[in-house]
Amino acid sequence: MPVTLIKERFPSKVGEVTLGATAEQGGTRDSVVVVGGDNLLPFLHFEGKVVNRPVIAMEVTDIVPPWNEAIKAQFGDVLDNPAAWAKKCVDEFGADLIYVKLIGADPEGLNRSPEDCARVVKDVLAAVGVPLIVVGCETPEKDNEVMAAVAEATAGENLLIGLAEQDNYKSITAAAMVHKHNVIARSPLDINICKQLNILINEMGLPLNKIVIDPMIGGLGFGIEYAYSIMERARLGALANDKMLSMPMICTVGYEANRAKEANESVEAFPDWGELAERGVLWETLTATALLQVGASILVMRNPAAVKLVQHNIADLVEVAEA
Amino acid sequence: MGLTGLEIYKQLPKKNCGECGTPTCLAFAMALAAGKGALDSCPYVSDAAREALDSAAAPPIKAIKFGNGSVLGDETVLFRHDKTFYHPTTILVHVSDVWSDADISAKVEEVNGLEFDRVGLHYSMDGIAIVNESGDAARFAEVVQKVAAATEKSLVILSDKVEALQAAVPPVAARKPLIGSATEENYETIVALAKEQALPVILKANGLDALNDLVEKAQALGYKEFVLDPGSRKPVETLANLTHLRRLAIKKKFRPFGYPVVAFTTKNEPLDEIAEASVYVSKYASALVLKASKKGQVLPLLTLRQNIYTDPQKPIQVEPTLHAVGDVNENSPVYVTTNFSLTYYSVEGEVEASKIPSYILPVETDGTSVLTAYAAGKYEPEKIADALLNCGVVDKVKHRNVIIPGYVAVISGKLQEKSGWKVIVGPRESSGIVSFARSLSL
Ligand code: B12
Ligand code: SF4
Repeated sequence: MPVTLIKERFPSKVGEVTLGATAEQGGTRDSVVVVGGDNLLPFLHFEGKVVNRPVIAMEVTDIVPPWNEAIKAQFGDVLDNPAAWAKKCVDEFGADLIYVKLIGADPEGLNRSPEDCARVVKDVLAAVGVPLIVVGCETPEKDNEVMAAVAEATAGENLLIGLAEQDNYKSITAAAMVHKHNVIARSPLDINICKQLNILINEMGLPLNKIVIDPMIGGLGFGIEYAYSIMERARLGALANDKMLSMPMICTVGYEANRAKEANESVEAFPDWGELAERGVLWETLTATALLQVGASILVMRNPAAVKLVQHNIADLVEVAEA
Repeated sequence: MGLTGLEIYKQLPKKNCGECGTPTCLAFAMALAAGKGALDSCPYVSDAAREALDSAAAPPIKAIKFGNGSVLGDETVLFRHDKTFYHPTTILVHVSDVWSDADISAKVEEVNGLEFDRVGLHYSMDGIAIVNESGDAARFAEVVQKVAAATEKSLVILSDKVEALQAAVPPVAARKPLIGSATEENYETIVALAKEQALPVILKANGLDALNDLVEKAQALGYKEFVLDPGSRKPVETLANLTHLRRLAIKKKFRPFGYPVVAFTTKNEPLDEIAEASVYVSKYASALVLKASKKGQVLPLLTLRQNIYTDPQKPIQVEPTLHAVGDVNENSPVYVTTNFSLTYYSVEGEVEASKIPSYILPVETDGTSVLTAYAAGKYEPEKIADALLNCGVVDKVKHRNVIIPGYVAVISGKLQEKSGWKVIVGPRESSGIVSFARSLSL
C-alpha cells in the first residue's frame, strides 16, 4: 500500500541575498553568488526546491596566519600575499567566495591604517573574479574605521562586510548603506539577540535582503551542538515566516574547528587519537557538514582538503533524487 | 506515549471490586496514568484491552536491543531542541567474508582498539557488521564465528541468502546479534529464524511503499523485533527516507514505521565516507554501517555523535569541588576554572601535560564556559573568592597564589581584594598552560 508521506508546506522561505556585482551591475565581478531562497528543511527535495546551493568562502588573512603546518603546507608560498593566496583558493580549490580577514589592523598588532587595509581588499578584488566577504580584526572601534574605508574604496562591488554586533552595528550598517554593500549581523548563539539585531539594522534603513546572520558557532567537540540547535530553530522560524530570522546564515567553520586541540595535536602527542592528517581535515569537514544539515548557507573554511570533502558532500545532497 | 486516566478507564472491566488494591476501576486507571502500579494487578482485564492499552502506550519508535548493550530507537522528537535525542546512533564497521582470514583478524583487532578519551568522555566503536559477500554459506558461518570469538562488541550478521543465515546465526545466537536482511522474497524464512532464535531482524525493501508492505506482512507472522532498511544507497535519498520514517513515526504514530532505522554509507574514499556518515548521524539513523575504521577517521564522527546526542537542557558538568592533579604538595599551583565539563577537562588535560602536580578548582557556574558564565554574572570575583576560601585549599598549600583564566583578566583586582590571595592571570587558551606553568615561579 502506498504510504502517505508527510511533506511540510511551509508558509515562507529563507530570504535571498545576492553577493558581488558584475560590470553591468556596477562592480567588477565575473559573476555573483546568490544564497538563501529555500522553502524547505535542508536538502529535503521532496517538499520544496533547493534554489541556491550552499557555498564555501575560503579564508584569506592579510598577515601570515598562525595556522598549523598541515594546513599551511597546502598553500605553498602564497600566505604572505593575500591576492595570490585568494587566486589560489579560487583557481585550485574551487572557492565560491573569498573571506578576507584584516587581522593586520589590530591596534595591539601591526596596527595597519584603514587605507592600507582597503588596499589589500582592492588587491584581492583585482586578483579574483568571485565576490568578497570582508571583516576586520575584531576590535570594534578600529573595525569601524577600517570597514568605512573598505566600503568606500569598493563602492559598487556589493561586498558582504562585518561584523555588526548588538552593541556595535551602527557605523558598519551606515557604511554598507552608503556604499551599497551587505552586512553580517553576528549574535552570540541567541535567537532573541539575533532577531533584535536584525530589527535594529533594518530600522536604520538597510533592507532585509542585505543582511546575513552569523549565529556564532562552536566547533566540533566544542559546542557545535548549541549552534546546531540555534540554527535549526532559526531555519524553522524563517520557514514559518518570521521575517527577522529569514536571512541566510554564515558559519565561521574553519576558525572554530581549528581552535580545537584535536585539529592540531600530532599522533605522537596523542597516540589514541589517530593521524592528524585525517583527524584535522575531518574536524573542519564535520563541523561544516553537520551545520549544513541545519541550514548553513555560507561556510567559511580554511583547510583545502576539508573544502574538497565538503564540496563533495554538498554535491551529493543538492543532487535531485530520482522520483 | 502517556495515556490519560479516562482513556485507560474505558478499557477496564468496571467491576469496582477493589482487588487491584485501589477501591475503584477509575482510581486504578488514574494510578496507572500517573505511572504507579501495573495493569497486571487487575485479574479481570481482557486480552483485547491489554493489547489495546499496550499498543497505545507504546513509544512512537520501538526500542530494539541487541548485542553488547546496543539500544536502537525509542526516540520521541524530530528536533533535539524539542527535548533531546536519547539513543546515540550505533556505529558498526563492515567486515566481509571474502577477505582473507588475516585481513579479517586485523580489522577486528583495529575495531576493538577504537577507544578514545577526550574532555573527560570515553568513546568507542559499537561493533562489527559481518557481510556475506562470498555467497558461500559455510564460509560465512566460519567467518561469523571467528569474528564473534575475536570481539566482545555487538554483531550484525548480514546476508541475502537464507541458507547463509541459517548456517551462521544459530551458533552465535547467544551473542544476540542483529540479523538481516529479510526481504520481500525471503522474509518468511528469515523472520521465522529470528523469532526462533529471539533475535532482532532487519527488514529491507526498496522504497517506503514496499517497506510498509513488508512490515505489515512480517508483523502478521507474530513478531515485532524489527529494524528498518528503506534500501536507498544514495546520500540524498537516504536522508529523505530517514526523515520520512522519523516524521511518520513521531508525528503520525504510523505503526509500521515505528521501528529503528539502519543506514549504510556508499562512498568509497574513507574521508568522504565519514562526511556522508555525519549526515546520517545528524539526521535520524539509529544504526550505521561503515567501512572506515582508522582512529583519525573515526574520532571526529564519534565526537559529532556525542555532541548531537547530549541533552540540550543539561550541559555536562563536573563536581565544583577541589580537584588534585598528580602528586600534589603544599607548593602546588592552584588554578580556578568553571564546572562546565568541556572547560574543566580542557584545563585538566593541559595541567596534567605540564607535569607539575596542581590543584584545580572548578567554580559552580551551572555548567557554563568561562565567558558564558562571566557574561551571565555567574563568575563574579565574590563568588570565586568564596569558593576558593571554602574549598579546603587554604589548608593544603602554604602559598596564597591563584591562577585565573586569561579571558577574565579584568576581575583580577577585585578578586585579589575579596580573597586576599595574589591573583595571577593565566593564558587565554588552555593550550598555553604548559609553557605558562613551566615559567611560573611561585
Ligand atoms: C556555546 C556558547 C554558549 C552556550 C552555553 C554553553 C555553555 N555550557 O557554557 C549558550 C548558547 C547557552 C550561551 C549563552 C550565552 N552566551 Co555564550 N557562547 C558560547 C560560545 C559559542 C562557546 C563557549 C564554549 O563552550 N567555549 C568552549 C570552552 C571550553 O571555553 P572556555 O570555558 O572559555 O575555556 C577555555 C579557556 O577559557 C581556557 N580556560 C578555562 N578555564 C581556565 C582556567 C585557567 C586558569 C586558564 C589559564 C585557562 C582556562 O581553557 C579553555 C580552552 O582554551 C562562545 C563564543 C565562542 N566561540 O567562544 C559564546 C560566548 C561565551 N557567549 C557570550 C554571551 C554574551 C552569552 C550570553 C550572556 C548571551 C546570550 N547568548 O544570551 C548567554 C548567557 C547564558 C546564561 N544566562 O547562562 C559571549 C561572552 C561575551 C564576553 N566576552 O563576555 C561569547 C564570547 C560570544 C560573543 N563573542 O559574544 N553561550
Ligand atoms: S481489580 Fe480490575 S475490576 Fe477490580 S477495581 Fe481494580 S481495575 Fe476494577
